[in-house]
Amino acid sequence: MEKKLPTIEIIEKYCKGCHICVEFCPTKVLEMQGFVASVKNLEACIKCMQCELRCPDFAIKVTA
Amino acid sequence: MAFDYEKYIRPGKLPHIWCPGCGHGIVMKGLIRAIDTVGLKKENTAIVSGIGCASRLPGYMDCCTLHTAHGRAAAFATGVKMAKPEMDVILVGGDGDGTAIGGNHFIHACRRNIDMTYIILNNKIYGMTGGQFSPATPTGAKASTTPYGNPDAAFDIAKLAIGAGATFVARGTAFHANQIDKLIAEAIQHKGFSVVEILDDCPTTYGRRNKFKSVIEMMNHLKEIAVPVKAAEKMSPEQLQGKVLTGVLYKEERPEYTDEYAKVIERAKGAK
Ligand SMILES: Cc1ncc(C[n+]2csc(CCOP(=O)(O)OP(=O)(O)O)c2C)c(N)n1
Ligand code: SF4
Ligand code: SF4
Ligand code: SF4
Repeated sequence: MEKKLPTIEIIEKYCKGCHICVEFCPTKVLEMQGFVASVKNLEACIKCMQCELRCPDFAIKVTA
Repeated sequence: MAFDYEKYIRPGKLPHIWCPGCGHGIVMKGLIRAIDTVGLKKENTAIVSGIGCASRLPGYMDCCTLHTAHGRAAAFATGVKMAKPEMDVILVGGDGDGTAIGGNHFIHACRRNIDMTYIILNNKIYGMTGGQFSPATPTGAKASTTPYGNPDAAFDIAKLAIGAGATFVARGTAFHANQIDKLIAEAIQHKGFSVVEILDDCPTTYGRRNKFKSVIEMMNHLKEIAVPVKAAEKMSPEQLQGKVLTGVLYKEERPEYTDEYAKVIERAKGAK
């Protein structure tokens, strides 16, 4: 059975490029693309929500 | 499911003014989740602050909000609670606002045990005005006003609150984001004066001066120093050196001020 992938939305106009989400994602799903965060490897996401919880700028939404 | 923070934020207010990596946004998210968990009504919730970066928080919240004078959040909030005891009153502010200019208001609100929740965002510095030292700046740390290292000892804000008579005192950190809402929710539900100190980061005026290369280093520092109260019970004083306890640090039931004041009114009515 194929596993259902979450949706990770990054609101670029809110992101201030602090790196917090990228650094503390346990499975290295995210990366910086210039000054904003972006999704590099969605397959690896374990839906732990750490990125959404810690983003100081309300810029990441994870929907499992 | 992604949490819908914007339900509690005034439309068009994001992005907020805080610097990249400033923990104030993380604490605001925790407060929003706590308000949602407890089920507070926006029209019955007053969020009150003084002045500072942290004190900008109520301006974003779609509740009844009051942005007052530096250090005076407790005074204004007390007025709100006395006039409308049925309202849920939450105070928000920085370590400078709450323990320097507002120190007296803070300790007396604790002593009075009035039913409000005070969230102190302790980034150990005056962020808004460019990094002067605050009463929470650690000994030896650099600030714009202590370029050779701070000679003063820092307040332990949670201990100060307990000593002054607050009946619920908790501490969390901006790194431990998923604990913030739980501590604040418990504080809101406690009847009496509750203090939640969140160890926060100011990369712009504290981090840079104090050899933190990035906000990530500041977050890792918060991660390393925090020890949950339960875990600390099994640790030796040597192991606890340089650590800070997190979780619910103190809780007690004591008569609450607006209740006691209502009794005073009743007694006065009965007096000849
Ligand atoms: C009566 C008065 N004195 C001084 C100031 C200047 N002032 C504005 S914010 C601030 C300190 C803010 O520090 P803190 O409360 O720790 O919050 P932060 O900015 O770090 O979040 C000071 C001294 C003021 N606005 N009013
Ligand atoms: S939900 Fe967890 S695993 Fe998925 S991107 Fe966010 S931090 Fe990484
Ligand atoms: S934590 Fe938020 S603001 Fe920081 S880089 Fe990630 S999405 Fe951007
Ligand atoms: S100066 Fe410091 S406290 Fe103020 S917004 Fe910037 S990082 Fe946050």
